[in-house]
Amino acid sequence: MRRAFADTRFGPPAVGVASLLLALALLEALIAAGVINGFIVPRPSQIIAAIPRIIVEEDVLDRFLQTALEALWASLLLTVVGIGLGMLLFRFRLLRLATETWVAALASAPVVLMYPLFLVIFGRSATTIVMIGFAAGLSPVILKTVEGFAGTRKVLLDVGRSFRLTNTQLFHKILLPAALPTIFVGLRLGLIFAMINIVGVEFLINFGGLGQLINELAERYDLPGTYGAIFFVVLVSVVFFFCAERIERWLRPGM
Amino acid sequence: MAAAGNVGAIAPTAQRHVLWLRAAIIVVVLAVWEAVAASGLLFRDVVPSLAVIGKAIGRLLATPDFYRNLSITAAEIAGALLIGGLAGVVVGIAIGANRFLARAYESFIYYLGPTPKIIFFPIMIMWFGVGPGSKVAMGVLSCFFPIAVSAAGGMREIDKVLIRVGRSFRVTAWQMVSKIYLPAMRAPIVNGIRLGLGVAIIGTLLAETKLSNRGLGYLIIQAYSVFDMPRMYALLTVLFVLSIGVNALIGRLATPGRRGVD
Repeated sequence: MRRAFADTRFGPPAVGVASLLLALALLEALIAAGVINGFIVPRPSQIIAAIPRIIVEEDVLDRFLQTALEALWASLLLTVVGIGLGMLLFRFRLLRLATETWVAALASAPVVLMYPLFLVIFGRSATTIVMIGFAAGLSPVILKTVEGFAGTRKVLLDVGRSFRLTNTQLFHKILLPAALPTIFVGLRLGLIFAMINIVGVEFLINFGGLGQLINELAERYDLPGTYGAIFFVVLVSVVFFFCAERIERWLRPGM
Repeated sequence: MAAAGNVGAIAPTAQRHVLWLRAAIIVVVLAVWEAVAASGLLFRDVVPSLAVIGKAIGRLLATPDFYRNLSITAAEIAGALLIGGLAGVVVGIAIGANRFLARAYESFIYYLGPTPKIIFFPIMIMWFGVGPGSKVAMGVLSCFFPIAVSAAGGMREIDKVLIRVGRSFRVTAWQMVSKIYLPAMRAPIVNGIRLGLGVAIIGTLLAETKLSNRGLGYLIIQAYSVFDMPRMYALLTVLFVLSIGVNALIGRLATPGRRGVD
């Protein structure tokens, strides 16, 4: 019986959501009973009630658009520079051999910690936020672009050559279509890294869109508002990752 | 992601060319940096000369204050990795071993994992205060998710024969974990810890830059606030070298055949 329930489509996810709601109800009861300090953790009902207020009073739509615009600029930079550098490394094998390890090392480096340096160079502005997002997402785009081009099946290239395609035709008709799904994986990863860092730096430097909202509410000690804003930003992030994943699956049906 | 250097066998001549090219790139980058520093194109001190940065690194490494702050940050990160790592492994094993739990709760971990953790810092300050507690909590929050996801994946990849052998010997639940699950999951757990360490470093240090009076993050933001650019470059350089070095060291543990011969 238990196994049958575990195999149903909606059963386990419903249990997951139900246990989350139960935890929130328990929290509400514990705060109401004074077991948990209500000045540190606001009641879930207060947080839910604060969400419409912050949406109306704190220009959440404008802030969302501001963060989205920063993410758009970062993604444009990632696409142009990241894919460009990836193609360069694929085209020149020696350059790839010499620098691929460095690019991989950059992926594990805490780039976002350079934000004070970016503040000095670009000032407390949207440019700093965009550049941090760009720098944080660059490595996966480069590495996945190289991987995509290098993974093109040799037989496809041989077919192209047997048709006497020029190098440009070979690139447009064979290499690019074959590499595109892998390049998109890199772009998705890069954009996720960029998005995380954009919201994070907005919070840290108290500038921009959704990240700044949390900082402002926390500084005003608007507890339900702070928790509500964090919930809202987490929700936006989750929807963003979910959509990116769906688009990738749509582009890569065999995945 | 493409493994670094995964480009087939390299002939000795090509290896020499690669080394020369690497040296040439480093020389060009350093020369361009020095030229920009001398040109005055950017605001003074934004790009200090390499000699000035070198001296700043020397001064930094010679100061006891740096090691005191380094030890504070290292302790915070170690604490975060210990708590977050243990919680991540336990949750990962539970989710990886039980299909029902995985279907009920794994999507929470999967989708919450990549959200920006630093936005939880105001909550952590309220819960754990402005001291090291909130920084450790930020590290825990950061490293829990990659370790749990990695441990759950590793748990599912354990050879079913090993699990059946354990059950046929009627071992206890703890023996199953210590004798079968954990040894068989060594590589994914170490990889998870490697990923977790990277994000724990970021989470802890970002929290230190936001609100702290000790630690490497505090030193970085202090250098920024007094516009001591050579010191900031020195701190960032040392931090990057340490992060990448520790990451590479843990990565070696995950690679089979790297352990010493018994």
